[in-house]
Amino acid sequence: MQIPIRTAQIRLLERLCNACAVSGDEGEVRKIVLAEIRPHADSVRVDALGNVLATRQGEGAERLRVMLAAHMDEVGFMITRDEKDGFFRFDTVGGLDARQLVGKTVVVGKEHVPGVIGSKPVHLTTANERDNTISVDSLRIDVGPGGNGKVKPGDRAVFAPNFVQIGRGKGRSLRAKALDNRIGVASLIELLKNAPPNIDLLAAFTVQEEVGLRGAKVAAYAFDPDIAIVLDCTPAHDLPHWDEDQENTRYNTRLDAGPAIYTVDRSTLSDPRLVQHLTDTAESLGIPYQIRQPGGGGTDAGAIHKARAGIPSVSVSVPGRYLHTAASLVRLADWQNSLQLVYAALSRMTKELLRKAR
Amino acid sequence: MKELIKRLVETPGPSGYESKVREEVRAAIEKYAAEVYVDALGSLIARKGPDNGSGKRIMISAHMDEIGIVVTHVDKNGFARFTNIGGVYPRNCVGGRVRFLNGVQGVIGQEQAGAREALPLSQMYIDVGATSPKNCPVKVGDVAAFERPFTDLGNRLVSKAMDDRIGVAIAIETLRQLEDTPHQVYFVFSVQEEVGLRGATTSAYGVNPDIGIAVDVTRSGDTPNGPKMAVKLGNGPAIKVRDSGMLSDPRVVAWMVARAEEARLPYQLEVLEGGTTDARAIQISRAGVPAGCLSVPSRYIHSPSEMVDFNDVQNGVKLLVAMLSQPVELG
Amino acid sequence: MSQTAAKDLLKELISIAGLSGYETPVRQRIEKAWQPLTDELSTSRLGSLHALKKGAGKPPRESILIAAHMDAIGLMVTRVVDGFLYVTEVGGIDARVLPGQAVMVHGRQDLPGVVAQPPAWLLPPKARSGPVPLENLIVDTGLPARRVSRLVRPGDLVSFAQPPLELGGDLLAGHSLDNRASVVALTECLRILQTRRHEWDVWAVATVQEEETLAGAATSAHQLRPTLAVAVDVTFGKDPSSPAHRTFELGKGPVLGWGPNIHPGLHKAFKQAADRIELSTQKEVMPRHSGTDAIALQVASEGIPTMVVSIPLRYMHTPVEVIHLKDVARAGRLLAAFIAGLDDTFMEKLAWDEE
Repeated sequence: MQIPIRTAQIRLLERLCNACAVSGDEGEVRKIVLAEIRPHADSVRVDALGNVLATRQGEGAERLRVMLAAHMDEVGFMITRDEKDGFFRFDTVGGLDARQLVGKTVVVGKEHVPGVIGSKPVHLTTANERDNTISVDSLRIDVGPGGNGKVKPGDRAVFAPNFVQIGRGKGRSLRAKALDNRIGVASLIELLKNAPPNIDLLAAFTVQEEVGLRGAKVAAYAFDPDIAIVLDCTPAHDLPHWDEDQENTRYNTRLDAGPAIYTVDRSTLSDPRLVQHLTDTAESLGIPYQIRQPGGGGTDAGAIHKARAGIPSVSVSVPGRYLHTAASLVRLADWQNSLQLVYAALSRMTKELLRKAR
Repeated sequence: MKELIKRLVETPGPSGYESKVREEVRAAIEKYAAEVYVDALGSLIARKGPDNGSGKRIMISAHMDEIGIVVTHVDKNGFARFTNIGGVYPRNCVGGRVRFLNGVQGVIGQEQAGAREALPLSQMYIDVGATSPKNCPVKVGDVAAFERPFTDLGNRLVSKAMDDRIGVAIAIETLRQLEDTPHQVYFVFSVQEEVGLRGATTSAYGVNPDIGIAVDVTRSGDTPNGPKMAVKLGNGPAIKVRDSGMLSDPRVVAWMVARAEEARLPYQLEVLEGGTTDARAIQISRAGVPAGCLSVPSRYIHSPSEMVDFNDVQNGVKLLVAMLSQPVELG
Repeated sequence: MSQTAAKDLLKELISIAGLSGYETPVRQRIEKAWQPLTDELSTSRLGSLHALKKGAGKPPRESILIAAHMDAIGLMVTRVVDGFLYVTEVGGIDARVLPGQAVMVHGRQDLPGVVAQPPAWLLPPKARSGPVPLENLIVDTGLPARRVSRLVRPGDLVSFAQPPLELGGDLLAGHSLDNRASVVALTECLRILQTRRHEWDVWAVATVQEEETLAGAATSAHQLRPTLAVAVDVTFGKDPSSPAHRTFELGKGPVLGWGPNIHPGLHKAFKQAADRIELSTQKEVMPRHSGTDAIALQVASEGIPTMVVSIPLRYMHTPVEVIHLKDVARAGRLLAAFIAGLDDTFMEKLAWDEE
């Protein structure tokens, strides 16, 4: 069986991407998630940190309790000080490269007040200045005069919503801010709606992943599952090397190569039994997949696998270019294949999977 | 005991992939423990001591994993790019050898062959003798340990992975020698210490001990122009007061010192700047666990030639046995 | 507690050494202070002080945990060389504030000492100009080497010896005001609650090891499973050299934290409680985390709605930290007012908007 990605799913992803939910303030996404899943879950609750924890029971004996996690938060900004005349100091929340901020449009607060992050006109700069990164400390969000009434310190801000579909056929792509990790959230919603009956599905739409995997830590403690699979979005640095004669050996993942399965990252050493199960499933069904290059980065699995007495975990991500910037890019086919792979892997899971020690 | 140490250090088992080491440990202790089991992340736990004894539940943690490397990419000429698992120093890699878990061996080279200093790992590669991805016997995700045989210099023993197979050996010997104990002792051969004390975190939660003691290596301050530290090889096992990740419970330190003095064993007090152990993870588990660490002074940590003093090791066993054989009141 | 009594208690507390991991001496003094104000006293496995003041509501009662860390920063001996002591830090210390400081070495007995900055020619080349790194500073007790080697060992603690100093305008200076000032604020809260009815149970917790591992907060929260948690700590007070947008006026009341480490509903409830008793407060925006016990409290077990209330403090982590005594009292009043307002409808009101 396949979970299709059609107009409805893309529209939902668009609403999710255009919502503003910076770590610690995930309400807008939480609202969409709750509305979508309530009819399909056996139980739904929101915990002390704002995680949405939903369960859907399977049927039959000896069912594995499988936790699926996708983080609702995005990297963004927090207003720190009102400097009058509509100018506001701000700080970043989560990992953001300061060089990605200048000259961007943003929206601030619950009312999505429009603003810009401007910079000095080039005519007024010196050559020396242009060689240096403009620090976040010297940037301001400008919402225009009168904005002071609607914007205050503590408000969050994000890159302005900008979801578009690009191209057709095999190259059909989606470009938006916050594909990391609204695409994981969208996938988890679909999986909850179409949960295979052989498992108990414990869905955690987590908060505060970008500031230290904090929601996942308490969600895993609460669920205490047998297994966990994390759905996220991971960088594809598959651009050419500046020297065409040299190979790009550090691409992390590539677009069009299918869902990325994690083995080793900074936060987790995936359970090899789960990695094997995923690759076996992919190969037997002809689903393309790639192994995410071992190295840096991390997902909610980093917190989940260390919960309680330990939880065998693995992550599966959709590859995306330009994550944590104003416009990220994913291939629809990679999204479809990721959803397909996780669904198939869940459908084939039995307690045999954990019988042999790790 | 040297035979045991040699077997342990020469088995490859980087963090996350400890199963071969676990099998060696299991074979060594199975007959001596009341219960042996493996937990969710792969730590091996062996219980010894009476079920309803008058003592405490004590967790002894020695980590099975070692630092290693993992392949990130095989380039068009068959060279394997890699990254680290745990703390790998580039300067210890150049010209070194590795052995993959599938048995394949390779040499570590670095770009700019004429470079005077070690480059970052991203500018190194492993040469397994392949010429293209098609005939390369390793692929992305394959894991290797450093390869260097065990050497016995008499009083001093040298090998890769003394961190922390020497701790594992001490725990095994202690388990074997421990005859009468009032305590319920859980010997935890933990996984994934080198990447953040992960096995100890989950094992401590599962075991839920009253007291926790890690057994690990620590640095020494006795090499030419080396780190400034009071600990020296040959002056006895070290009782850890502090390292960069934790402050040992002063009551545990006092207990360890008292046992060492009663048994007339040499010991040293250790303050380590730069490095921590499983004890940190045990201490913060659940409602808290008074914790400390028995350290084996070592030179050249995280190099393929880590060196320990065999007398320190044997005295470490004696101290641990003395600690576990008698009642404990931490006060 | 009158301002004088509070001041005296605070001066006493900051004169007791209680470095991270070695809090027993200060815990014993706090126990004495809290004994008459609470129903049950106990110690956690790591040495945190747990004091329960039972509420008047029908069981099962909700509970609120108020954490004020009692540990302080200092130094620890790493080596003894010819009677001179080399040290490392316990907690975060800027080595530049150390040269010339009076300290107390807690060896087999307490020995007064001073931090010495060796002359350039006795230092390694890279340390000869600019600030001398911690590893090259020396603590000198003035005693002969033989005596020192009998009395001092690696692992012995060294605390600051700067006595408390009253400055003009109700300001108090000294070391360890981070975070003994909050302990006094919490004590004041408990005192007010002697004659103020409260439904919920109150756990006053003096935590250990905040400056190092947050182990006290994490383990006490796990053990006590409170419904709500509040960390009382210090925040950056305004001074001429620190950026204005990150510091707070002394004497203008406690500072309420806002950001992902804080439940927004709790922040609002605290603000309302402050408004009800006409207490002025300031708002601290913390985009990532609070740098306090709240980091651990919020993610203990299944997660706990958490708040941060802070007292502005100048020159943090130096031996001459400065606080305003009125801010300490006001923090205590605010905590008591908030607690008195907790009833069995509070948690529903705390639900996230979208539930």
